[in-house]
Amino acid sequence: MDGVHDLGGKQGFGPVRYAEGRAVFKAPWEPRANALYGLGVRLGIMNMDEYRHAIERMDPRHYLSACYYERSLTGFATLCVEKGVVTREELEKLAGGAFPLALPSAEGRPNAEPRQTFAVGDRVRVKNEFVSGHVRMPGYIRGKCGVVVGITPAYPFPDAAAHNLQSQDEPTYDVAFDSQELWPQAADPATVHVGVFESYLDPAE
Amino acid sequence: MASTDQRAAPVERRVAALEQAFVERNLVRTEDVDAVVHNAEENWVPENGARVVARAWTDAGFRRRLLENGKAAVTELGLAMPPHHKHLVVLENTPTLQNVICCTLCSCTAFTIIGLPPGWYKDFEYRSRLVRQSRTVLREMGLDLPDEIDIKVWDTTTDTRYMVLPVQPEETIGWPEDRLREIVTKDSMIGVSRLEAPYR
Repeated sequence: MDGVHDLGGKQGFGPVRYAEGRAVFKAPWEPRANALYGLGVRLGIMNMDEYRHAIERMDPRHYLSACYYERSLTGFATLCVEKGVVTREELEKLAGGAFPLALPSAEGRPNAEPRQTFAVGDRVRVKNEFVSGHVRMPGYIRGKCGVVVGITPAYPFPDAAAHNLQSQDEPTYDVAFDSQELWPQAADPATVHVGVFESYLDPAE
Repeated sequence: MASTDQRAAPVERRVAALEQAFVERNLVRTEDVDAVVHNAEENWVPENGARVVARAWTDAGFRRRLLENGKAAVTELGLAMPPHHKHLVVLENTPTLQNVICCTLCSCTAFTIIGLPPGWYKDFEYRSRLVRQSRTVLREMGLDLPDEIDIKVWDTTTDTRYMVLPVQPEETIGWPEDRLREIVTKDSMIGVSRLEAPYR
């Protein structure tokens, strides 16, 4: 989903608001919001992929204006309503006001067929694909070439798992991209590594 | 920060409403939420990662195992990672290499090891700019690296988690492990600071 959450490489943001030792939680409701979603995963209400995607499909204005833990609350509450655990009316009554939720989801997709396996050192290209549902390919690597530097065990395929579709687990590859290939003449020199699911990759020509 | 929906109930009321709905359905008890909050605040702390780093600095065998399979190695120290953190990759800094981690899509970190992510890590500024302006961002954050130090950025997009193994400051070589733990910070394991002179 080409949503506002896909922030890597976006321009216009100011300096990082950095302070050493800045507190993790800044209000008492924040650790409670964090705990509730954690309990929701433990109760089997949703998986982590569904949770991530529910946050991504918040109204863009809401996503950008809400703090981190409000996004977490909104994503989790959306899934609780969509899955029939609670109703929106009940939440609004208990809260004494409107309870904004995320927007409906597009469809998910299965693993790519066929998939090709890669070895460390292989040069790969990220497929030039546009996925309307959940996807873990940041837009800044779409269509770009890099080199495999690491291989992981098989993980659930997020594009399916976030939509509660059956799929095969698949390995991911840590791929090294040259920042100058990602943003020619418009980036600090660096190597940028992204964990990329096998379904997203082709061999580079 | 305010919600854009002017009619929205205050966020703390919305959190309380969701919790109350869960309690009324006997899905959770208030004590369960309290326990998770307590666990997050007491146990998901950077002192865990500091133990890992201090051991790696003082025990070559552990360092090798840590770099080969981080998740297995940290269990040797009694540390655990949640089910969706399937793999821990430890990134070794050197005098000519700075590794730094981020999550452009959200906020992923190895939080049971290096602690929950700080506010700035989850902010839009760090998420948008680190991958594209790494040296500039690090300089703004107080880490002014000379050109001889290469930068590797690691964007956390899968169930793999990362932590940086900082360079041990020369003057601490020979220190006992418990004293070494004291000098390792969360920021050094994220990769936005270094522990050795002249950076510290």
